[in-house]
Amino acid sequence: MFSISLTRDDWSLHRKGAIDQARHMQKVKEAIKQNLADIVSEQSIITSDGKKLVRVPIRTLEEYRFRFDPNSYPQVGQGEGGSKVGDVIGRVGPGQGPGQGKQAGDQPGIDYYEAELTVEELGQLIFEDLELPNLEEKRLRELESEAVRFTDIRKHGPFANLDKKRTIRENIKRNAKRGNPRFGELKNDDLRFKTWERDVKRESNAVVIAMMDVSGSMGTFEKYISRAFYYWMVRFLRTRYDHVEIRFIAHHTEAKEVTEEEFFTRGESGGTRASSAYQLALQMIEERFDPESWNIYPFHFSDGDNWPSDNDLCRRLAEQLIERSNQFGYGEIRQGRYTYQSTLMHTLERINSPKLVTVTISDKVDVYPALRRFFGPEAREVARV
Amino acid sequence: MSKMTPAQLAQLEARIAEVWEVGSRLGLRPFPTHFEIVPATVMYEIGSYGMPGRFSHWTHGKAYQVQKTLYDYGLSKIYELVINTNPCHAFLLDTNTVLQNTLVVAHVLGHSDFFANNAYFARTSRRMLDTVSLNAERIERYEFEHGETEVERLLDAVLSIQEHVDLYASDEEDEPAETPTARQPKPYDDLWRYDRSAEPRNPDPSPRRSRRRPAEPARDLLAFIRDHSPILDDWERDVVSIVRAEMQYFIPQIQTKVLNEGWASYWHARIMRELDLSADEHLEFARLHAAILQPSPRRLNPYYLGYQMLLDIERRHGERHLFEVREVENDISLIRNYLTRELVDELDLYLYERQGDELVIVDKDWEAVRERLIGELGGNQTPVILVEDGDYEGNLELYLRHSWDGRKLDLDWAEKTMEHIYRLWGRRVWLETRADDESRLVLSYHPREGHKQHR
Repeated sequence: MFSISLTRDDWSLHRKGAIDQARHMQKVKEAIKQNLADIVSEQSIITSDGKKLVRVPIRTLEEYRFRFDPNSYPQVGQGEGGSKVGDVIGRVGPGQGPGQGKQAGDQPGIDYYEAELTVEELGQLIFEDLELPNLEEKRLRELESEAVRFTDIRKHGPFANLDKKRTIRENIKRNAKRGNPRFGELKNDDLRFKTWERDVKRESNAVVIAMMDVSGSMGTFEKYISRAFYYWMVRFLRTRYDHVEIRFIAHHTEAKEVTEEEFFTRGESGGTRASSAYQLALQMIEERFDPESWNIYPFHFSDGDNWPSDNDLCRRLAEQLIERSNQFGYGEIRQGRYTYQSTLMHTLERINSPKLVTVTISDKVDVYPALRRFFGPEAREVARV
Repeated sequence: MSKMTPAQLAQLEARIAEVWEVGSRLGLRPFPTHFEIVPATVMYEIGSYGMPGRFSHWTHGKAYQVQKTLYDYGLSKIYELVINTNPCHAFLLDTNTVLQNTLVVAHVLGHSDFFANNAYFARTSRRMLDTVSLNAERIERYEFEHGETEVERLLDAVLSIQEHVDLYASDEEDEPAETPTARQPKPYDDLWRYDRSAEPRNPDPSPRRSRRRPAEPARDLLAFIRDHSPILDDWERDVVSIVRAEMQYFIPQIQTKVLNEGWASYWHARIMRELDLSADEHLEFARLHAAILQPSPRRLNPYYLGYQMLLDIERRHGERHLFEVREVENDISLIRNYLTRELVDELDLYLYERQGDELVIVDKDWEAVRERLIGELGGNQTPVILVEDGDYEGNLELYLRHSWDGRKLDLDWAEKTMEHIYRLWGRRVWLETRADDESRLVLSYHPREGHKQHR
């Protein structure tokens, strides 16, 4: 009886597994998107150099079923002889939750699936539908910086563009073929002309002025939130726009322009006079960013704990800023401890302008909604009104 | 790693014939078996789907990714892949050495013999390769007709309860337990059977509804949902049927994992020793055999446990008795009937649990180990869920009961699973379980009111 056989077929077109794997990866991405609010304010990302991989727990891709509580019962293991009660056979990392992998007792300590992605990939998901709102078309200076670049050589063209070097070379080459390598007896066939392309660069000039309160009343949480917001804002602007300038202003009772690095790392102390920052921003606009040719976006993050005597001035300056800007964003970080509205928020909200957008943040997960409020499709809806 | 050359293929073919001859001389009675040489990608694809040609679903893709990663990092090598069909289908990796593949062939011979002779496989379909391909085609058609998302969501739900099928339930719909119009059976009914096919299946609309309350609590959740769900369309019921049929096919493999792997390992060891191997090959075989049977401190290696138990049975009862074990036992009965105190000590089996960040051995008592093994093996790691009522409170709600055996449910997971069941039933879903031995706990779910716990 014929009972065994052996074959080798061509499996090169077989890729069902790869297709379902791709679907799985897509679901991973969707799951990440649903959890962006949590991920965006993840400390390990904000403090990273932007190159490292981020591990994102994905609970929605768990294959739920009826199972016994994995923490209530011991598992069976096998020693190599001579094991005793009390022996430690392994460890699980402190960060890992309880539970097991798919097979009972397979990998104690891992109860959810983790996806790995780079900060850049994460950024793409976050920024997918974000943009600078309210870019006013009429003022969008299309700086048609017309550069002429010679890019090609042809046999015909205006004599003004004659490429003399190449023409002479062609002539000598032709003569050389006939055994007489010298210049002379120029024919039309030797002529070479330069042709060019017009290089039109369109630049929509925009500047974002990032202002941050670094006074003593800004606690660890407040500073962390402002930085998390600005971290993603800066990444967003750099990813999306080639020609956006970003200026950084740190203030307590006085404001000064700082470098990006200082902005993200330095802490200060003292009281708070927000007007100092607004004053500096106005001065900056005055000197360098003419509203006729620039789209201007000031942002300010603070705990709102402003000196009361400063509020009237703040409001006047903010009004001037708004007048010159496409959008003015104010984020106030209030963590539980205050129940009343701060004086600064109260002051600013009396300004009646659709270009003023404010958010209140009281929790880490509010950072992502804040980004969306300033740059998301919702913001554009508001701006259009 | 390079692919097998034609010369190596010829060598392997000769080896296969030799292995088969030794096997039948020693008393094995396998199915005719077809070996196919495949590249690694195909190997781990088949591994993650359970069978070639099964329907598409992201969970298969997830398994595939895990397999691929493990393989790419050299952490795992699928040693053998064999499908329970007649003829039996087995896959060999084309990057393996001749010796590695010879070992796999000997191992596969053990499985093929087990499939053909173990009682728990007697009812499995031996044409499953064709069936799963046809199933995959139907599901693909439903994707075309109803949208991939729709089918995916349905499969998500059905797969969450796929373990809850009854192997011994009939494929036909249950006869009505009690209907007012039921005819009393008469002695010569058989004679009139031709007549019955002409009758409408449900002459009275009410019986369908009354059958929603099973006479006995039903274990086959999938069948019950297929037959009685108030909301599923015909194509959706078909998808439930497909998942159920495929699961029924896989259940015996879950029930006999330890015994089946033990049996295959026992035979690959015996047969390899009978072959005429070079000194190098002997060494390579010894290394592979040790790797396959490596005990693991954290989880049970079914190859190791099964192999050691069979050696012990052979020592105590003789070789002939082994064949009887392979015919009548499954994992649970194997452990109950043959695991001894001496063996638990010899194999150094223990119970461990997590204490803080450490995994600590907490018990070495052989009976405690045996009870836990029985709880973990043979499908016992899945809680038994019974359908009590499909018309609960006269409102077509689904009332399920977890059959309490002293082990607590993972309530978070149970709640998520109930959401899936709601997708299939469309009415409030109830689940009765216990918080501990004394206190009853009833969960309910409806999207409008969310999850509720009633004590």
